[in-house]
Amino acid sequence: MELFVFICATAMVLVGAIAVIVSPNPVHAALGLVLTLFGIAVHFVAMEAHFLAAVQVIVYAGAVVVLFLFVIMLLGVDRSEDLSIEPMPIQRPLAVVVGGGLSALVIAAVLRVRDTLGSDEVAAAGDTNIRALARNLYSDHVLAFELTSVLLIVAVVGTVVLTRRVRTSEDAS
Amino acid sequence: MNPTTTWYLVLAAVLFGLGAIGLMVRRNPLVMFMCIELMLNAVNLSFVAFARSFADIDGQTAVFFVMVVAAAEVVVGLGIIISIMRRRPQATVDDLAELKG
Repeated sequence: MELFVFICATAMVLVGAIAVIVSPNPVHAALGLVLTLFGIAVHFVAMEAHFLAAVQVIVYAGAVVVLFLFVIMLLGVDRSEDLSIEPMPIQRPLAVVVGGGLSALVIAAVLRVRDTLGSDEVAAAGDTNIRALARNLYSDHVLAFELTSVLLIVAVVGTVVLTRRVRTSEDAS
Repeated sequence: MNPTTTWYLVLAAVLFGLGAIGLMVRRNPLVMFMCIELMLNAVNLSFVAFARSFADIDGQTAVFFVMVVAAAEVVVGLGIIISIMRRRPQATVDDLAELKG
């Protein structure tokens, strides 16, 4: 059963990721991103990270992708991009080689140290996932948690300043 | 035969590579952003896999912070893209080589 879930979720992740890369239309790429994020959420559930799965669906698949689609529609860039034009001739093969090499290196490292990875059958903790996560977050990492609020405020203020339309004489004319 | 931590790490590596390929191949800034999200999610997946493998909740806390930073990064990045695209519609990243805005 777990194997079946793993295979289905992995297929979702990979199909979505490939759709992001190859689809000429940005809207289709965003939908592929949604598929990938849902697949990751399924993996999180399978690894008993229930809170993170919920956050993944709400924040990523909800807020972030809606933000992407909103910007796509706002800018009117939803027409297809011609992917057959290659501005630099060797760019794509080189990118595939570099990306594939990156994956291969990481996979090789993982396979090399697979014996030192912890046991795969972990006994369930006494606390539920969300309680354990909250206890960890609000005790060991409370300073970092407070700093993220500062980060979010800076991001919001920065975005408002960046996208504000400055009234100059040329705009008025 | 249940999926082990190694499987999840291999999947994360493949997803990271796909995101990197997309980032290098695509020229639309929005799609490049989506590829960065793919890479961040690959790292999140490996964090959770390690958290389960070592029975340590710290990995999940790290994923929480990665999500917060990713959300902030998307907000700022899309703001920059909007302000660029408003002046120069249909610009690709190759056209934005100079810092004139």
